Amino acid sequence: MTKHYEMWDKLGLDLDKHDEFLAPIPEVYDEMFLSQNNRPEHMDYYDYVVSDIHGIRVKELVEEKEKGNPVISSFCVFVPDEIVTGLGGQAIGLCAGAPMPVSAAEKELPGNDICPLIKSSLGFKMENICPYFEVSDFVIGETTCDGKKKAWEIMDDYIDTYVMELPQMKTESSRQLWEDEIHRFKNHLEDYYDRELKPADLDNAISLINEKRSVLKRLYNTRKAKPAPISGKDALLITQLAFFDKAERFIEKTTELCEELENRIENNVGVFAEDTPRILIAGTPMPLPSWKIHDIIEQNGAAVVCEETCTGTRYFEDMVPEDGNTIDEQISNLAERTMNINCACFTPNTDRVDDILRLAENYNVDGVVYYNLEFCQTYNMEYRRISKALDENGISSIHIESDYGDSDIAQLQTRIQAFIEML
Amino acid sequence: MPKENFFAGIDIGSRTCKGVIINDNREVVASDLRKTGLDSKNIAEISFKKMIESSAVKKDKVKYVVSTGYGRANADFAQKEITEISCHGYGAFNLFSDIRGIIDIGGQDSKVIRLNDTGKVIDFSMNDKCAAGTGKFMETMAVTLNLTIDEISKIGLNAEKAVDISNVCTVFAESEVINYIHKGESKKSIIAGLYKSVADKVMKQVNKVNPSPQIVMSGGVAKNEGVVQMLEKQLESNLKIPESPQLVGAFGAALLAFKNYNNN
Repeated sequence: MTKHYEMWDKLGLDLDKHDEFLAPIPEVYDEMFLSQNNRPEHMDYYDYVVSDIHGIRVKELVEEKEKGNPVISSFCVFVPDEIVTGLGGQAIGLCAGAPMPVSAAEKELPGNDICPLIKSSLGFKMENICPYFEVSDFVIGETTCDGKKKAWEIMDDYIDTYVMELPQMKTESSRQLWEDEIHRFKNHLEDYYDRELKPADLDNAISLINEKRSVLKRLYNTRKAKPAPISGKDALLITQLAFFDKAERFIEKTTELCEELENRIENNVGVFAEDTPRILIAGTPMPLPSWKIHDIIEQNGAAVVCEETCTGTRYFEDMVPEDGNTIDEQISNLAERTMNINCACFTPNTDRVDDILRLAENYNVDGVVYYNLEFCQTYNMEYRRISKALDENGISSIHIESDYGDSDIAQLQTRIQAFIEML
Repeated sequence: MPKENFFAGIDIGSRTCKGVIINDNREVVASDLRKTGLDSKNIAEISFKKMIESSAVKKDKVKYVVSTGYGRANADFAQKEITEISCHGYGAFNLFSDIRGIIDIGGQDSKVIRLNDTGKVIDFSMNDKCAAGTGKFMETMAVTLNLTIDEISKIGLNAEKAVDISNVCTVFAESEVINYIHKGESKKSIIAGLYKSVADKVMKQVNKVNPSPQIVMSGGVAKNEGVVQMLEKQLESNLKIPESPQLVGAFGAALLAFKNYNNN
C-alpha cells in the first residue's frame, strides 16, 4: 500500500489507526483476488486502485476541493450524483463494509442490535480513518430505514450531514415528494457553493452517469455467458470501486475490460469450468471491503454471476431519461429513475420478486443466496415472499444473515457448501 | 467382485470424531468414536489408524476417504471434503430408504434435512452461531444438576410437568434452571423442561424445512431418550433411531467415498 502520510495528516486522519486499518488489506487482497485462476488481464487497473486505495483518488479530490469544486459523499443509490456532477463537483459513495470501525461506533451506540453497515460507516468517521470522509464538504444521508435516520443525527455531530427524505411507497404523491427533495437538494447545493445549475451542465452530467451505468450493464451482460469470463468477486470489486472512482476514467477502463471479456466469450474462455453451479446473490449492499460471501461461495466450487443488491443491479439497471430540456424536466427524469429501484424500504415491493425471477432466468442461475446484513428487518422479511416465488419456479435458495466479521465463517462455510452440494 | 477395496468416512465434529470403513459391498468393517479435543488433525489420524488396526484392512486398500464435519478441512489423508448435511442425508437414506427427513443434533449444532424420493438433499436448516438446543447444552445442564449424561437423558421421561425454560442461550438457561432448583421444582420436571427447550428449538427448524413424517434422528442427542420422546410428541410421529446414531455422518461419508471412487 502506497503511503501518503503528508496528505493524510493534513486531512486530519488518525495516522496510527489508519495504518492499522490498511495493514491487513494487501494480504487479504492477495489471498482473495490475486490468487484467482485465469483472471482477466484488465483487472490490473482495479488491482492498482486497491493498492493505492487512499492515495490517487483522494489526491484528485483534494485538488478539486482546492479549486473550490464540491466534494460530497453519500451512502445510497438513490442520491442523485448528477446534481453534484452538474455543478462541477465530485460525488462519491463511501465504503461501509469493514469490521474494524464497528467497535468504535459501538462505544457511542446503545446496544449491539444495530446494522453493521451503520456501525461501520459511523465508526469510519469517529475513528478518523477514512480520507474520503475527511475530504468531503458534507455527507448526504437518506431515510431508507429507521437505523439510518437516527444515524444521521449522530453523524451530524462529526460532519455536516444533509438528509434527503426518501419515500416509502410508489404512489404519485411519493414520486412528487422525491422530486421535491431533489429540487431542495439542488437549491441547497446552489446556495452552499454559490453556483447555479445550468440545464446544459446537468444534461452532460446525466449523460456521463448514464454512461457509467451502461458500462456496468455491459460488464454484467458478460457474466450471463457460460462459463463466466470473470469471477463474481472481481465483478463485485469493480462495482464497489465504481462508487468513488472518477467516472470518466472508470468508464474508459471498464470498457477495455468488457472488450476483453467479450473476446473471452467468443473464444469460450471462462474463469470456472462450464458445469460450475451459478449463483445469484440477492439482498443488502456489500460495500468495500465486504467480500466474505462471494469468497465463501467461490471457494466452495460455485460462481457468483449476478448481484441483485445496491452494489449490483440496483445501482445501474435503471437509466435517467435524457430528454429533459429544463431543470424541472431533468429533475423529474432523475426522480423517475430512482422510483423504479425496488429497494426493500418500499411497501409494497412485489416488483422486487419479479426482478429476482428475471435475473435468475437471464443469468441462468442454479441457486439464489439471499443475503442480508444482521438487523436489516426490511430485507430479512422480504425473504419469505421471495423464497416462495423462487420455490414455485424450481429455484433453490438459502437465507444467510451475517455481518462483516469472521466469527461465523465456519458456520457459513458449512451452510453454503451444503447448499452448493444440494444444487 | 472380490472384496478388496475399502472406503472410509471421517466425521470430525465439534465434540466427537467419528470414523467408518466400508468394503466393496458397502458393509461396515470398522468404526471408531472418540472425543475431538483440541487437536482435530491429530485425532482424525488416530481414528483412521485405529480402524485400520482393528479391522486388519491394509491401509493401501482404502481407496478413497471423504472427510466431513466441522473439522473436515483437517483430515489431510482425505481425497474430498463433503459437508455433514450431505453426509447425514446420504447415510440416513441408506440405512432407511423410506425416510424423507433427518433431524441431527450433534455437539454444537442441530440440523434438519429434507430429502426427495431418491435421497437427494432438497432443503436444510442449520442452527446459527449459538449452541442452544444441542448436545453441549445438555452437557452443561448435566453438570449444573450434578448428573451424568445417561441420567439426564432418562430422569425426565414421562414427567407430568415440564418447567418452562424460555431462554435460548445456554448460559441464561442455566441460571433459569438454578432458579427452578431454588424454587423447589422437582428434578424430573426441570429435566423435562430441558427436553422441551431442545425440542422447541429443533421444531422451529423442522417447521422451516418441513420434511414429511418419516424422519430419522441422528447425532449424539438421538441417544437422549427424553429429548427423543419430547420430539416425537411434538412431531406427532415416531422417529427412527439408528443403532449408532453418532456414526451416521461418517457412514454417509464412507458411502460417498465409495460412490466417488466408483464414478471416477
